[in-house]
Amino acid sequence: MTRSQEGPHAGRLDGARPVPAFEITVDGRPVPAAPGQTIGAVLHAAGVVSWRTTRVGGRPRGLFCGIGICFDCLVTVNGTPSLRACQTEALPGDRVTTG
Amino acid sequence: MPGSGHEGPGTRDLAIVGAGPAGMAAAVAASRAGLDVVLVDAQARLGGQYFRHAPPGLRAGHPGTPQRGFGRFTRLAEALTGVDVRLGHRVWAVEKAVEKNAERNTAGNAGKAAGNDPGNEADQNPGKDAAAGFIVHCLAGTRDERRVTLRARRLLIATGAHDRPLPFPGWDLPGVLTAGGAQALLKGDLVPAGRTVVVAGTGPFLLPVAAGLAEAGARVAGVFEANGGAGLAPALAVRPGKLAEGAGYLWRLARRRVPYAVRHAVVEAHGGDRLTHVTVARLGRDWTPGARRTIACDALAVGYGFVPQIELATQLGCATEAGGDGEQVVVVDAGMRTSVPGVYAAGEPTGVGGADLAEAEGWIAGRAVAADLGRPVRPAPALSRRRDRLAAFGRAMQDAYPVRDGWKGWLRGDTLVCRCEEVPYARVREALALGATDARSVKLLARPGMGWCQGRVCGYAVARLAGETSPPPRRPVAHPVRLGDLAGLPDRADETQGTANDPAGEEAR
Repeated sequence: MTRSQEGPHAGRLDGARPVPAFEITVDGRPVPAAPGQTIGAVLHAAGVVSWRTTRVGGRPRGLFCGIGICFDCLVTVNGTPSLRACQTEALPGDRVTTG
Repeated sequence: MPGSGHEGPGTRDLAIVGAGPAGMAAAVAASRAGLDVVLVDAQARLGGQYFRHAPPGLRAGHPGTPQRGFGRFTRLAEALTGVDVRLGHRVWAVEKAVEKNAERNTAGNAGKAAGNDPGNEADQNPGKDAAAGFIVHCLAGTRDERRVTLRARRLLIATGAHDRPLPFPGWDLPGVLTAGGAQALLKGDLVPAGRTVVVAGTGPFLLPVAAGLAEAGARVAGVFEANGGAGLAPALAVRPGKLAEGAGYLWRLARRRVPYAVRHAVVEAHGGDRLTHVTVARLGRDWTPGARRTIACDALAVGYGFVPQIELATQLGCATEAGGDGEQVVVVDAGMRTSVPGVYAAGEPTGVGGADLAEAEGWIAGRAVAADLGRPVRPAPALSRRRDRLAAFGRAMQDAYPVRDGWKGWLRGDTLVCRCEEVPYARVREALALGATDARSVKLLARPGMGWCQGRVCGYAVARLAGETSPPPRRPVAHPVRLGDLAGLPDRADETQGTANDPAGEEAR
C-alpha cells in the first residue's frame, strides 16, 4: 500500500494498523483508507481538508460538525453529488472529485 | 400486510429514535418488559456520540487503551437481543397515525401523570392511552437512499444533541471543527483533527477532547476555556466525584505539557485556504477580548455547549421550555412522558446533562412505556432519585459554563454568521436595523438558517444577536429529502424491496 506523504499527518491512524487497507482516489490521486472509515476521515487523514467551494464566496469547505448536521462536508463520490463526507463510508475504489 | 392500519402486524409497541445511551437503555428496559421495540439511528454503529467507537476493521491491531465507558456500552449492546435495531436510518419526519376508529375510548395521560410519585412511573390505568400510534419516516442508506416507514404505538425521542458553535472571523476555514466533530473523527475513525491542534470554547467537554487528541499523538497547542470555573461549586456539591474526573483530565494534559488557560478564547482563525493559526484573547468578565496573541496550528476544535435535537418532538407538538442554557428542551414528567400522549423523550432533548443522565432517563422511559402499555413494571424509586441528582448536576454545570455577550464583539462585518447561506454579520445587523426584533424576522430578512443545516449551526448565534434565547425549532422536515420522497410517489422501485425484505412490518411507501 502506498501511503500519501503529502498531508500534515498523512495516513496516521492513532496507532491503528488496520488490515486489510485499501485505496480511494481524490481527483485521481490515491489515498489510503481503512474499512469503516468515512470519506471525510480518509481525506482529512491524507491532509485533504476541503473538497468543495461555496456558491457565493467560492470558499473552500470540508469537515466542520463531523456528525452529519452541518452539511459543510458535501462531497461528490463516483459522480454522485451532495453526499456528506462525514457520514459516507469509504469503499474500495471510490472516486472523489473536488472543486 | 404492512401498512394496513394501526395495531396491525406492522405496528411495534415502541419506536425509539436515537441509539445513544438513552435510546439503548430504553430499548433494553422496554424489551425486557416484553415490548416489541424498534431502535432507529442515523449512524452506522450503535452508541450515539458518547459511545462512538471505531469499526472492528479499524480497531484490529489497535493497541490503545480501552475507551472510557466501553464496558457499559458493550453490556447495553449485548442486552439488545430481541430489539429490531435499524442503523443507518435517518428519521426525517414523525407523525401521528390517522385515527381510524372514531369511537376511540382513550385519552391522553401525560398531564395526569405529571403528578405521579416519581418512583412509580408505572401508569396505574394502562391501556387508556391507546392512541393510533405513530409513523416514523426514515431514509436508509447513504449512497442509495431508500424510504422506510415504521409504525409504533409509542414513540421515544432520544436524539441527543449537537455542538453549539459561536461565529468568529475565520471560523469557516477548513481545519476549524466543532469540538464534537474533532471527537467524532478521533473516536469513530481514529484520525486526529490535525497535527497541531488548539481546543477552545467552554464547558467540561473540552477536556476529554484535548486529552484524547494529545494521547493520540497530536500536539495540543493549548486549551482555552472562556469561563473561569468559579461557578463550579454547586455542581460539585451534587456530584463530588466529578472533581476527581476533571482533575484527572487536567493531569493528563499537564503530563503532556498541554497549556490550559481559563478566561481565554479563540477570537479569530487565520489562513488562506486552510487554517494556519489562531488569535487567542484574554477575556474580561463579559468575554470582552483583551490582550491577544497568535498560535500556529492546523486544526481548531471549538465548542460552546450543546443544542438538544428536539425537532421531532416539536413536529408532534410536544411542549418545550427554555432550559438553563437558553436552549429549548422538551417538557417531560417523572416517567419521561411529553405533553403529547404516547410520546416520550429521554437524554439531551430534555436538557443537556451528559451520558449518565441520558442513560438513567432511558431506563426510566423504557420502563414507563412498558407500564403504560400494561406490562408489569416494579417501581424503581432509586432510579428516579438518580435521575433527579444527575439532572441537578447538569443544570449546575450549565450555570457554571454560560455564554457571555462579549462574543458579539469578536464579529466583524464580513464574518459569516450563517455558513450555509454565507450570510455575513453586516447583513444580520442590517436586518436588526430594519426593525427585526427576533430570530425569525432576522431569518426572513437576511436568510441566516435557511440553508442545508436549517439553522442548526447558526440558530443560537442568530437568536442571541436578535436579543432572545433560542426559539423552538420549526423543521417540518428534519433531514433533507428528495422531492420524490416528500411526494411519496407510490411507484418507486424500493417499495417491493422494502416490504419483501422485512416481513416483520416495515413499510416502504
